[in-house]
Amino acid sequence: MNGAHDLGGMDGFGPIAPERNEPVFHDEWERRAFALTLAMGYYGLWNIDMSRYARERMDPAAYLRSSYYEHWLHGLETLLVEQGLITREELDAREAELAREGT
Amino acid sequence: MGKRTHHDVPSDAALRVKALESLLVDKGLVDPAALNILIDTYENKVGPRNGAKVVARAWSDPDYKARLLADATSAIAELGFTGRQGEDMVVVENTDQVHNMVVCTLCSCYPWPVLGLPPVWYKAAPYRARAVRDPRGVLREFGVALPEDVEIRVWDSTAELRYLVLPRRPAGSEGLGEAELADLVTRDSMIGTGLALAPGAAP
Repeated sequence: MNGAHDLGGMDGFGPIAPERNEPVFHDEWERRAFALTLAMGYYGLWNIDMSRYARERMDPAAYLRSSYYEHWLHGLETLLVEQGLITREELDAREAELAREGT
Repeated sequence: MGKRTHHDVPSDAALRVKALESLLVDKGLVDPAALNILIDTYENKVGPRNGAKVVARAWSDPDYKARLLADATSAIAELGFTGRQGEDMVVVENTDQVHNMVVCTLCSCYPWPVLGLPPVWYKAAPYRARAVRDPRGVLREFGVALPEDVEIRVWDSTAELRYLVLPRRPAGSEGLGEAELADLVTRDSMIGTGLALAPGAAP
């Protein structure tokens, strides 16, 4: 399936701009998003193709606007919801709760 | 809310991840200690030094190099580097005629056991878009200018198959042992967006 992720050969994305002495992660939430994705993957409820398909179904404009671990986070949420492990509603509620607590 | 610096204002993603972890912990689906171990493994233990050892061995031992080019997965496993995102490895050799470069146009496929997690530029749109269309221009951006008669081969990784470039052994490295050779092998030289360092130039 093609889509916004299918970037090979596209023009107009600008310079590559490698970062010198780049750290493995740039923020704590990236570490957690990475580890949550790996940890949930160990249950074997989905394979790598399903994970990628979950990321590729992001809204195309949002995909191009967002960072790599945002793609992962979006993909993980989609898989967890589709496998019935969580609902969007309970995740939204938990997020609102944490925002109120100001953590 | 109080006064905050830009560091402690959670971006949407930061708050969302926190909510997701908290929910999954409450459901008994993840253990925060196990998450910390995964993070430590990929942040501190697995990385391009592994790949550098593979390259240095191949430069030093022709039999090993032959095994590496014939069946990379097994030859890399001889050095103890196995695991996810490295289940099926192919090593492509640079020569004075051919320069190899690796990309994943669709996402971020990368050989984790030998290179660790990919840098941001590898996963971002500009490299994924242009590596297959203008590899010579991309190489120039990385400061690599190859003679016009060198053929550039670009390998598009997939979820199943991961590539490692075997860079050319630098001139002047003849007397060096494996550990010293490994110091000449940069991450980018194993992606193909760089060359191995000349002896004396190593950091």
